[in-house]
Amino acid sequence: MLIDKIQRLGHRTLSRCAAFGRSGQILVQSIVARPAPLMMLPLLVKQIYFVGVLSLVIIVVSGAFIGMVLGLQGYTILVDYGSEQAVGQMVALSLLRELAPVVTALLFAGRAGSALTAEIGLMKATEQLASLEMIGVDPYRRIIAPRLYAGFICMPLLSMIFAVVGIWGAALVAVDWLGIHSGAYWANMQQAVDFRGDVINGLIKAVVFGFVVTWIAVYQGYDCVPTSEGISQATTRTVVYASLAVLGFDFVLTALMFGDF
Amino acid sequence: MRIRTVEISVGLFMLVGFAALIVLALNVSGLNLTPRAGGYTLYANFENIGGLTPRARVSMSGVQIGEVRAIRLDPQLLVAEVEMNIFADVDFISTDSSAMILTSGLLGQQYIGIIPGGDLDVLGDGDFIFNTQSALVLEDLVGKFLMNQVSE
Repeated sequence: MLIDKIQRLGHRTLSRCAAFGRSGQILVQSIVARPAPLMMLPLLVKQIYFVGVLSLVIIVVSGAFIGMVLGLQGYTILVDYGSEQAVGQMVALSLLRELAPVVTALLFAGRAGSALTAEIGLMKATEQLASLEMIGVDPYRRIIAPRLYAGFICMPLLSMIFAVVGIWGAALVAVDWLGIHSGAYWANMQQAVDFRGDVINGLIKAVVFGFVVTWIAVYQGYDCVPTSEGISQATTRTVVYASLAVLGFDFVLTALMFGDF
Repeated sequence: MRIRTVEISVGLFMLVGFAALIVLALNVSGLNLTPRAGGYTLYANFENIGGLTPRARVSMSGVQIGEVRAIRLDPQLLVAEVEMNIFADVDFISTDSSAMILTSGLLGQQYIGIIPGGDLDVLGDGDFIFNTQSALVLEDLVGKFLMNQVSE
């Protein structure tokens, strides 16, 4: 029946809107409405450890390899035009503007976002959140807020580390292996890279991606169906939605930062 | 003790993150923390500036002595007028110096090279460099080469 289909469409639209509303509510309740007291600091440190420090290995390893691949690929392309000295600026610009924030955010969603969702979802399934509320502890403040803040803090730092390791990896390949003069590598890079236009814009991207990924992860965990199946679905959704959101926001931010309008 | 190791590793993580930002700022983008304030302005007219852009280098013997501030078209002479900001400590450019637009490398950026003259008077704020040489435009070169071939 046509009317049933229309009803289903309406139901889906409404539930999507409600989901957006609930996620906004979580954000407002855990951050805006309750400014973080200093008491939260130990909780925050613990979350930064889980979200940031433990992600460091994957970030450093993938940063080094992506940098090395960029150096190698850039060299083989540029050497045809006799301008292999430009490999430094190519690597630095592509890492700072695009690859460092985006790849870090994708890895962050897979490594930290899924863990956040699973942890909060399991807390919900075992009714730890409800019991916290019963003993008068606000779960938003105690559970959600430290994780959100940890995500905002860690993402930009991880992205910067990724970029630096990548540039060093590319230097390893280009300078030490392929024999580009190290002065040409670094001087071309310094001349091409602008602090305000490239480093800061990359940092802004990383902050936005960190915000989006952690928000999605926390919301999916808090809103999941409290069964083992529900948690697994919520974890999958976190990775998928966060990756798509990062790529979508990346286009919008790139258009705003580097497009001429 | 467990808390202690966690806190130490978090502290190290934050330090590494900020160190990465500093490396990016100083080593990669070549940010100068103490930009040479002041300086003075010189102008030069070029018939063709090629791909010169604002913030391009102004150099003498390869050493940077300033940067391009603005580029506009002179409405009377119908040539490009380039405004350059020269560092204040470079106050010895003689009045008969010449400016030319050069390219660093094959795909490199274009910059202004200043060749000093021998006059004892030096250029001051707002002065013009009259002796200029335009950017090399590949099409012009090819055209001249073809004309030479034909005339031979």
